Amino acid sequence: MKHTGSYGRFGGFYVAEPLIPALEELEAAWLDAREDPGFRAGLDRLLRHYAGRPTPLYRSPTLSEDMGCHVYLKREDLLHGGAHKTNNTLGQGLLAARMGKTRIIAETGAGQHGVATAMIGALLGLEVKIFMGSLDVERQAPNVQRMRLFGAEVVPVDNGGGSLKDAINEAMRYWTEHIRDTFYVFGTAAGPHPYPSIVRDFQRIIGEEIAAQLLEEQGRLPSAVIACVGGGSNAIGAFARFVEEDGVQLIGVEPGGHGVASGKHGVTLGAGRPGCLHGSISYVLQDACGQIHEAHSISAGLDYPGVGPEHAHLMESKRAEYVSATDDEALDAFAWLSRSEGILPALESSHAIAGARRLADRFGPDDVVVINLSGRGDKDLAHAMAALERRAGE
Amino acid sequence: MSRATPAKNRITAAVRARNAAGQGAFVPFLVLGDPDFETSLMLAQTLADNGADALELGFAFSDPPADGPVIQRADERALAAGMTPAKAFDLIEALHRTHAIPVSLLVYYNLVLQFGVDAFYRRAAAVGVDAVLVADLPPEHAKDAVEAARSHGVAPVFLASELSPPERLERIAALAEGYIYALARVGVTGEQTDVDPNLSAALDRMRAATDLPLLAGFGIGGPEQALAARRAGADGVIVGSAIVRRVAAHLDDRDAMRDAVAEIASTLAAAAHTTL
Ligand SMILES: Cc1ncc(COP(=O)(O)O)c(C=O)c1O
Repeated sequence: MKHTGSYGRFGGFYVAEPLIPALEELEAAWLDAREDPGFRAGLDRLLRHYAGRPTPLYRSPTLSEDMGCHVYLKREDLLHGGAHKTNNTLGQGLLAARMGKTRIIAETGAGQHGVATAMIGALLGLEVKIFMGSLDVERQAPNVQRMRLFGAEVVPVDNGGGSLKDAINEAMRYWTEHIRDTFYVFGTAAGPHPYPSIVRDFQRIIGEEIAAQLLEEQGRLPSAVIACVGGGSNAIGAFARFVEEDGVQLIGVEPGGHGVASGKHGVTLGAGRPGCLHGSISYVLQDACGQIHEAHSISAGLDYPGVGPEHAHLMESKRAEYVSATDDEALDAFAWLSRSEGILPALESSHAIAGARRLADRFGPDDVVVINLSGRGDKDLAHAMAALERRAGE
Repeated sequence: MSRATPAKNRITAAVRARNAAGQGAFVPFLVLGDPDFETSLMLAQTLADNGADALELGFAFSDPPADGPVIQRADERALAAGMTPAKAFDLIEALHRTHAIPVSLLVYYNLVLQFGVDAFYRRAAAVGVDAVLVADLPPEHAKDAVEAARSHGVAPVFLASELSPPERLERIAALAEGYIYALARVGVTGEQTDVDPNLSAALDRMRAATDLPLLAGFGIGGPEQALAARRAGADGVIVGSAIVRRVAAHLDDRDAMRDAVAEIASTLAAAAHTTL
């Protein structure tokens, strides 16, 4: 391996020996592709004409009024596929093809990464297998249908709690068994090196566009960038451009579930401890012995007891801060934005909105806050409507 | 060559003793605490009484990505019965009160980290553990663990596979003590019906990098594969899922469980101990 993938004391590649040559091959291909203008140009073409970049930066009048500052939404919900995940899968898909792999696999929670992987598989003519926790297969049914329509095989995973961490375990096992012809399209900025760096690089375009769009419209950089954090890919994509810009607050919002005190949450950075999960050292929700806890969130995409190592480092170095929003607060934001502006946010992204509204007091009328609207909520309709009705009945 | 000098490590010595007689070593695997503390202790004793030259003992982990379904279920049973690393060490201590058999551990790194790296190896040494393999700890990240292992006289063991190129094998050999865990297949744990045709060449490459015994494991399901692994050049075999499957098949009858485990252990031991 050329690099260790360290972010301060976090990161690394803690995997069993058979995976090491595959990670080395991946790192080499990525370092090579990064320097190849042809690769970049091909990816840019796809991002623009296939996926619809750049996505708009939209000033939200009701959120601006509500929070008493300028609030912009980065509209990743308008990206083809319905979430930021497409930025990463187009990049990794092209990398897989460049490496001559014939099969791509992925884990998925909300199904957005699975859909985005199935899309690029269809486009490039690659065989696609998606591992998805059986609980998530149920609560994200429309995305399962989309994956199947795109020609992917969806493999339900019953192990553990049947959610994202279990899907990752199963995808890693399948990869270990089929290492020679299979490319693992990892969906978030976690996992073993080089994935956290690769995913950050492919998602970085979110923050680059935010900076360019805001400079053009307001002649300045934002006061704060706010994003939800599951594994951390949309957040690191939104943050990366601004990490060196001291004036820009970086705020991640973790899924508070039923509240930290209930033990049913996904507040990995806020309530976890450093540990080793899925190939890297980062914060982990775990018991005193190191057994991994099930996370809980109303949103399948945030339901993860780990988090990308760069976020752990950004938190410990105090460059970014991490807050949480509960299931209820996210549902409120989901309903509120739909009603007030006709924008249906993903339940994941609803956490970012809820977290931002909670921090409104710290911003004044001259401040510019950008919330990353990481995806659209169509996939969540049945699940969210049922939860809203249940709440109304209580 | 260290081959000529007597081995300090008890596992190395046990394998060498078999090899000196033209035989291979038999190292069966159990998950500690599967299905509960007392039964697991009885099973470890049963293996020691039925031909095992050393034991490979796993610490149950909630998220074992290198393991197939049979060992995943064993981890789940042990955890459901309240197994912890501290109790697993106690179990080994109890085993060593009646059986002096050498023991190697198979663990995932988070369990070592949360126990405390130095504390983990200190406790391992205290209960008579001879070697520790951390499945998800490659040599690049193993500095702390290897230092702690060496300072407490425990052998750090590493995996090597047919995909590990010669430079990597050198790097593994430079850190490893006790034995090399030679992957009999590229994949996760689980019984297979035949032995990887690349195993022989892979073992040759490993042999060129190290004097340590090469124990082949992952996928060895029965006596035919044990014999095939020996013929491919392995100094011994490690067998997990084939043992654990017998445990899972008799959860409602401890006597039948012991008999089934004793029988498969004797069969596998006979194959491993066959003089080639
Ligand atoms: C719309 C949306 N936002 C956010 C996430 C969370 O992932 P990450 O933290 O990697 O951005 C997901 C994951 O499925 C998602 O679908």
